[in-house]
Amino acid sequence: MGKINDILSPFTAWKHVVNEPLSVKEPLKREGADRYRGFHKNEIDKCIGCGTCEEICQNAAIDMVPVEGKETKDGDSGLRPKIDYGRCCWCALCVDICTTGSLSMSNEFKWIDENPDNFRFVPGAENKPWDDKEKGWKKPDYHLYNPERVEMHELKPEERDKSFIEIIHGYSKEQALLEADRCVACGICTATCPAHMGIPEYIKAIRNDDLEEGLRILYDTNPLPEICGRICTHKCETVCSVGHLGDPISIRWLKRYIADQNPSDKYKEILGTENIEKNGKKVAIIGSGPAGLSAAHYLSLMGYSCTIFEKLPQAGGMMRYGIPEYRLPYESLDKDINYIQSLGTEFRYNTTVGKDITIEQLHEKFDAVFAGTGLHLGRSTRIPGTDHADVYQAVDLLRDIVLGNEVPVKEKIVVIGGGNVAMDITRSLARLQNQKYGKVQIITTSLESEDIMPADREEIVEGREEMAQIIPGWGPVSIKIEDGKIKGLNVVKCLSVFDEERRFNPKFDDNQTNFFEADMIVESIGQGMDLSYISDKTKENLKLDPRGRIIVDEYFRSSIDWLFVGGDIIQGPDVIHGIANGHKAAIGIDNFINNQNK
Amino acid sequence: MSKLFSIKEDRSLYPEKNVEGKIDVDLSSHKYLKMWHGPQHPGITGNMSLEITLLGDEVMDCETHVGYLHRGFEKLMERRKYIQCFPLVCRVAVPEPDFNEYCFAAAMEELAGIEVPETAQWLRTLVLEMGRLSSYLMWIGGQSGAFGQGIVGQWSNYMRDSILDRFEELTGGRIYHMYIIPGGVRGLLPDGFKDRMEENLKFIESMMKDIDRVMFNNAVFKKRSVGMGIIEKEWVTKFGITGPNARSTGIPMDVRKDYPYLMYPKLDFEPVTAQYSDIYNRADVRRRDLLMSVDLIRQIMAKMPEKGEIRAETPNVLHWKVPAGQTYKRAECTRGEYGYFMVSDGSEYPRRINVRGPSYTHAVALLEKMIINCNLSDIAGLMVSLHTYPPEIER
Repeated sequence: MGKINDILSPFTAWKHVVNEPLSVKEPLKREGADRYRGFHKNEIDKCIGCGTCEEICQNAAIDMVPVEGKETKDGDSGLRPKIDYGRCCWCALCVDICTTGSLSMSNEFKWIDENPDNFRFVPGAENKPWDDKEKGWKKPDYHLYNPERVEMHELKPEERDKSFIEIIHGYSKEQALLEADRCVACGICTATCPAHMGIPEYIKAIRNDDLEEGLRILYDTNPLPEICGRICTHKCETVCSVGHLGDPISIRWLKRYIADQNPSDKYKEILGTENIEKNGKKVAIIGSGPAGLSAAHYLSLMGYSCTIFEKLPQAGGMMRYGIPEYRLPYESLDKDINYIQSLGTEFRYNTTVGKDITIEQLHEKFDAVFAGTGLHLGRSTRIPGTDHADVYQAVDLLRDIVLGNEVPVKEKIVVIGGGNVAMDITRSLARLQNQKYGKVQIITTSLESEDIMPADREEIVEGREEMAQIIPGWGPVSIKIEDGKIKGLNVVKCLSVFDEERRFNPKFDDNQTNFFEADMIVESIGQGMDLSYISDKTKENLKLDPRGRIIVDEYFRSSIDWLFVGGDIIQGPDVIHGIANGHKAAIGIDNFINNQNK
Repeated sequence: MSKLFSIKEDRSLYPEKNVEGKIDVDLSSHKYLKMWHGPQHPGITGNMSLEITLLGDEVMDCETHVGYLHRGFEKLMERRKYIQCFPLVCRVAVPEPDFNEYCFAAAMEELAGIEVPETAQWLRTLVLEMGRLSSYLMWIGGQSGAFGQGIVGQWSNYMRDSILDRFEELTGGRIYHMYIIPGGVRGLLPDGFKDRMEENLKFIESMMKDIDRVMFNNAVFKKRSVGMGIIEKEWVTKFGITGPNARSTGIPMDVRKDYPYLMYPKLDFEPVTAQYSDIYNRADVRRRDLLMSVDLIRQIMAKMPEKGEIRAETPNVLHWKVPAGQTYKRAECTRGEYGYFMVSDGSEYPRRINVRGPSYTHAVALLEKMIINCNLSDIAGLMVSLHTYPPEIER
């Protein structure tokens, strides 16, 4: 029976003759699934050209290429991914890792073209039929790198509001390794950093736990890592590609980690600067701020003997006399400065150029002169009442605190200004008020609304934690004085600070007024330069721009061939710019002196 | 009747085997024909070839030749970061890529000490069973086709396509799924997936009944497969035979049971076995394994959580340094034990990855032994009955 069944049963297949065929009749019209990994799409304005897609692609199917209409700028390489479909394996790791979420894949998988070259194109820059397709592979919820920053331990407000102890603890090794691991090594930061520091490289050194290599990379471009690791304005973090969909890498604190972990007595050995041959040339440097120190460092490495003339009793310029100790402790400052001193730089403190020694004398005694004298003159709002004795300049008070001079601390203080200096003086005075009165009564007000306040976000947050009232968006009108005593500050609502052409042109609403009670006012609305050390005779040959700034070439050489100028007086208040200027000027000075000898 | 058509074989003219079990072939005697079977032969399972020596239409000697598909993946992986190996490994075995993805990811996770979320483990189990189902559906067409039944291949291809549709909506790809990423998986089930899958499973079950009637209850198929290509029980350990090839000899050898992984301990199943291993029984074991896979998919879909974490936190994949060490991770694929041996020296690149493709033992040493005295027209059927995929031989 079984055998007959085996002969008959196959014929049951005939029953399918009456069934509809199952095959897909028009395969070209079939749509891919919602998640299908088809041809790429790129939101070209959202893309920053970080090249992480290129980095992860195992087929080397992605090339970062320049595209029309995209310029290289801070935070954007100007490049966009070009995909070669002869190599692409459609794995979509490029989409998964995309730092901005601009790259995705449509669910389109059919494309017929007779020209093979067309299968290499820049998604987003070249229009394709699937650009508007909604469906396809999108950046998933999981992360191929950690978008969240490793939290930094810091002193609690109640532990810090009376003292000047450093707030930030710094990363431990475990924390630094975790934080360094988040970096995608795109290098957008390097391009943006004024000193073009090798940021991905030193972060890699942290990952490899090779902190000596890390220090060498730091000193390639920045001789003040302890300082920059604490108070740099970190433009690198502002543009960090990981910051687009998460927290930017704590580049500044990783730098500090490297500098903190290397003992200062090993610096010379690590950096290979134990025996520098002197070339017998001498350079005078006016001012021991970041620009001057940076110039001194790189000139010393080239064999020059540098002498720094400093008006104040200690080196560091604004870094020492402007930035409070709780942000930048003196021992960190001294670590960087002492190393530069150990390279053979001579410091002449309490020596004011223009008074104790003239700039012409410097020219006679030295082969070249570099001036990085900074911005130490506080600007005034010049509103009625600012001539009162209880109206102070923030920079003057900050300097007095460091010098140990007596600082006037009244019970109620109003600070005018919204930058980091305003925050520094607010938080310093808050500490002093707390020490003196046991409470804080300080109001800080700025023209800018909170979203555009130039101060760092953490400064504002921490200032408030320390009980300072920060009330942005008000313009000062006049200081109310009764019986010769300050009563407070009259303000009006500020509607906008800049006009459409991004020029400073504040608009006020006179109907909205306010009054901040105070018996002492501190102005912190910016600083100006003091060029009085340059004698009139020398000034005659010095070319200035219409705004009174010295015109310099790309190596920071002024119109006087032996005088190089850099730092805040050229590029505005910023440590890292000063460092970059000093480095560039050192190269310029070297070129100048070498050419002179030919 | 049978006596009328039977031809009495006179084997007195056949050559004697030497001590190695081989014959001494003298081609100049004009008794023998040497020919190549493959690599471009439809009866060959993929790109490999057999150099066979025939006496009449009977195979006297055979040498297998592989290398037509050698892409050097194991070496390529030593020059790629771990995450860059992830899109590469699925290509090691084309028709059943998921086992590569799983073994690679599991080896990495073990070395790096990463705990995969439960939802991801369920999804991995589901994908592996779907892979098994689609792989068997591909095989069944080949097995019947090798004995001249084209219709089964046409049906099974459609069934396989329906599973590929599910793969497409779950993973974003039909053939290379690139779904089991180190740390977890790349997506949750889409809405309505279970219903569509159930529809496919029902269709597959009903078609399998047809295939039963057309293929397994077929006099021609039985005539050509029963008693053909027997694997002796004692060869299993000697040759390292695994999977259905071993189970059909009566040994309940199944990695899913012997070395439980993923969510298999929570599933209810018994390894499918047979009494003795000829082509028919091996096909039957695979058919029942296929139906068990359908059942397992149903069990998984009923037991798995709907939502949950799908990927554990891992180091940044761009510079993931897997701690130094070595491990071997295995899984039961349709051909047997699939395994990845991974050695890490603690750098961002794998020091060595060795893939154990079960076809290596089945398609080379075992086939060379079994093919002797096989009829030329049965070679294709014999090869398919060992279920070999040349890409995993050559990695």
